[in-house]
Amino acid sequence: MKAPISLSQRVYELLSSMRFAVSLLTLLGVASIIGTVLKQNEPYTNYIVKFGQFWFELFEMLGLLDVYHAAWFLIILLFLVVSTTLCVIRNAPLMIKEWQVYKEHATEKSLRLFGHQASVTTTQPVAALQTQLSDFLTAERYTFKTRQQDNGDVLIAAKLGTHQRLGYIFTHVAIVVICFGGLLDGNLPFKVQELLGWKKIETRDISSRKVPAESRLGVDNLSFRANMTLPEGERDNVAFVRVRDGYLVQDLPFTVALKDFRIEHYATGMPKSFESDIVITDSELSKPIEATIRVNHPYIYKGIAIYQSDFQDGGSELKFKLWDLAASNQDGFDVDGVVSQKGSLGDGAQKMTVEFNEFRQFNILNLSADGKGKPHNVGPNTTLKLRNASGQAREYMSYMQPLQLDGRSYFVSGMRETVQDEFKYLRIPADDALEINGFMHLRQTLRNEQAIRDIASQVAKQMPGDNAALRAQFEQSLQHLLVTFKQGGYSELSRIIESAVPKDQREQAAQTYLKLLNRAALQGYQMSRAQRQLPPVPETQETAMFIQDSLNAMNDLFFYGTPYYFQLKNYTLKQASGFQLTRSPGQNWVYFGSVMLVLGIFAMFYIKERRLWLLIKPAQQEVLLAMSSNRKNMDLDQDFARVQQQLTALLHTTA
Amino acid sequence: MSTLSVKPTSFWQSLSKFDWIYAVLLLAGGIFSYQRYAGFMDIYEVSFLFGAVALFSYLGWRWSAIARLVLGVAVLSLIGVYSYHGDLANGGQRFLLKFLLASQSAVMWMNVLFVLAMLTYWLALFQKSAFTAKVASALTWAATLFGFVGLMVRWYESYLIAPDVGHIPISNLYEVFILFCLITSLLYLHYEKLFNTRQLGGFVLVVINAAVGFILWYTFDRHANEIQPLVPALQSYWMKIHVPANFIGYGAFSLAAMVAGAYLLAKHGVLTSRLPAPHVLDDLMYKAIAVGFAFFTIATILGAMWAAEAWGGYWSWDPKETWALIVWLNYAAWLHLRLMKGLRGTVLAWWALVGLLVTTFAFLGVNMFLSGLHSYGTL
Repeated sequence: MKAPISLSQRVYELLSSMRFAVSLLTLLGVASIIGTVLKQNEPYTNYIVKFGQFWFELFEMLGLLDVYHAAWFLIILLFLVVSTTLCVIRNAPLMIKEWQVYKEHATEKSLRLFGHQASVTTTQPVAALQTQLSDFLTAERYTFKTRQQDNGDVLIAAKLGTHQRLGYIFTHVAIVVICFGGLLDGNLPFKVQELLGWKKIETRDISSRKVPAESRLGVDNLSFRANMTLPEGERDNVAFVRVRDGYLVQDLPFTVALKDFRIEHYATGMPKSFESDIVITDSELSKPIEATIRVNHPYIYKGIAIYQSDFQDGGSELKFKLWDLAASNQDGFDVDGVVSQKGSLGDGAQKMTVEFNEFRQFNILNLSADGKGKPHNVGPNTTLKLRNASGQAREYMSYMQPLQLDGRSYFVSGMRETVQDEFKYLRIPADDALEINGFMHLRQTLRNEQAIRDIASQVAKQMPGDNAALRAQFEQSLQHLLVTFKQGGYSELSRIIESAVPKDQREQAAQTYLKLLNRAALQGYQMSRAQRQLPPVPETQETAMFIQDSLNAMNDLFFYGTPYYFQLKNYTLKQASGFQLTRSPGQNWVYFGSVMLVLGIFAMFYIKERRLWLLIKPAQQEVLLAMSSNRKNMDLDQDFARVQQQLTALLHTTA
Repeated sequence: MSTLSVKPTSFWQSLSKFDWIYAVLLLAGGIFSYQRYAGFMDIYEVSFLFGAVALFSYLGWRWSAIARLVLGVAVLSLIGVYSYHGDLANGGQRFLLKFLLASQSAVMWMNVLFVLAMLTYWLALFQKSAFTAKVASALTWAATLFGFVGLMVRWYESYLIAPDVGHIPISNLYEVFILFCLITSLLYLHYEKLFNTRQLGGFVLVVINAAVGFILWYTFDRHANEIQPLVPALQSYWMKIHVPANFIGYGAFSLAAMVAGAYLLAKHGVLTSRLPAPHVLDDLMYKAIAVGFAFFTIATILGAMWAAEAWGGYWSWDPKETWALIVWLNYAAWLHLRLMKGLRGTVLAWWALVGLLVTTFAFLGVNMFLSGLHSYGTL
């Protein structure tokens, strides 16, 4: 009768079984996929916008927003470690035994049952045979033990490559060591403290000095990965660890100051290097350490590695020319701004807040029409938000220099109402001096009632023929056309056409109107230039394009959503460098485990274990050879055939 | 029989005169490169240079065809480099460069030869002709030769664009696809010799030609063949070991999957008489996966070490890292079943075939569909 198996025995058997291990490997693989499909650790609002409140809450509950630190994921990992450990505990004694023993007690009966066994007849005496076979085995790099059996037979038990067994132990211990190292570098201590209510993440946007102790990690924190952003010329001794929708403050045992941040570029405009000159001060240092860190070249101090991680604007000073598109004055006025600060415009109900969000000195764009040209640097741009009194905001992104599009130059400004939208771009044509003024003055002219009358009368005067009544009528309708365009752009024009012209003539009427509009606008442009003491422009194709583009831009301004156009004129760059600071005590464990893993894998794959028994039977004038391996591969067949052939030859020829 | 003097010759004694000449030539090349270009290398890169001398000496000693390949690549590359006379414009003007040795031309020759090799292998399979199969092998060797010449000359060309642009050509999808073709081809040729069979060439060349197709599409549709400077994150000596190790893994897994395909066909009675016996295919599949697994492990560890230096942590659960882990887990499970449970046959063959999908996703899919730190090879 079989002894009953206890529950704990059964659990042990299950956990240490191969079946369980392979299932865990598969489960871990599948679970890992989740985090690659769903973007991890995004700000929570992004998830809400993308998936909706319901799914967001479900995902959050299941820990899918940070899978690899979710409790259930860690439990799978824990099971893997337990399973691997038990597997080693269960099999290692056997493996070590297999590694050491020669199995010189194998019986003839069992040897004859081997898949790979053969008899070789020989007439030589035992002693000579023993020497010969020993030499053979030594030459083949076998180690062996000889045993005299009671019936006069001599058994030589040989083994080769049993170090392969160590491969098993190495690889499996390596997994445990690597997971242990990973655990040391994980955030488990914080999780425990959070569970106990000792620590709490901070979600408020407040100065790091004001963050309470319960949201701070001390300088003695064993392991962390924190971020720090320093504007040039500033210093700090704390870093931030992002957790879910909040953060923790990591106090540092030293102060880091950023002297300078540099971006170098290749000739194509692609960034070549990001470098920060930092100064580390510490009361334990007699003099501060100066170091330069760049990507792939961190600096390590007090076990904390400081990496170049990213960069952003650190409060560049921007100088704008602000064009008030609703006003009737002809020149913009100067406005200053500082990136990541705010300003205000207008007053009363019209009051607007300007948020200067971003400034980028280099923008590598591919502007060719078919997208096949080379990307190049198009110069700085800036992003700002205009927020009205009720809190609604539009975002504007404008390039400082005119961009070359389809062979012509435009001041380009994008507008969007929410961050999810793509920018819609306004293209304002640059004038012959590559300035925006030509367009702005033309627009003012076309919006000025007196100017409209003058334009109409001047264009009418150029009309051939001398029919005064017709001319007056023409002048009248030209005025009407300009006023209509001023009020509502192309859509207003088409509304008028639709209401006044029969359907089959609308196309032609629209063509005529557009031609007239262009003619009038050209006249207006010459007038506006005359006002600015500029010579008239020649009436070339180029000018015609400028006029057409200007009209288009005027029309598009109706959809620009603000009466303000911020033209960036000048800037003083101030950058901020983003560092990652890590202390990872588990790293060396992980590396040590990795080396073990590689050694173990090579041992398992490339050390061939062979056991060879040579039973000398003097009475029968026979040598029985049997071979086995723990892996039943083709190699074993080949090796056995070779050994058999060599031994047969050896024992026969010398006979 | 003379084999009976059982004393084995030591490894060093087994080397022939040619072996020594070959090694000395390699060492001379290494020293020459060091003297000339030491300024461009850090200490690690110098050790890789001489490590490569040792590695390729050893490979050439063990497998003389490699020695001939290395010498062929060296001679043709040097002719190519010399023909440039330090001016990139010569690539489009000089006959030898324009039609043979400029990196673009050499890669195109590689592409053409791989296509021809595949067709010839299949022809040999249907003709049951040993001679045709030999021609196919020769074509595969020639394709490999031109691929390596293409990469070597491209390496030089990158420095001709500008000294700061120059880098080893394994930095973007276009370049690593060439590397993939070459490594898979060499692995195949190795097994062709080891198992003394040319019947699998047609199968393995299918996956290589899929890569060739990608290279052609990438060249003509996307113009991705142009040499781009390295982004800061890639400017590291780690690239020189991490990437090749990874592609030995990818190549070996792909090869295993193709052999698995042949195995499944043979099992279903298709081409059975023309293919090696199933247990041979099974053994080859295991050997390929073992090589792949060993090198994929090394590559992932090297990747982790690089990540620790570049991104501030050896493991960030970045999509590429995670998918590398998934690939690793997949083949770890495969090997457990085969080595520990002794499983053989159809299940493992299907698994190896599906494994190729997982591997391909880790290699390509992650770049196409997922975003992360590792986005150097976007399509």
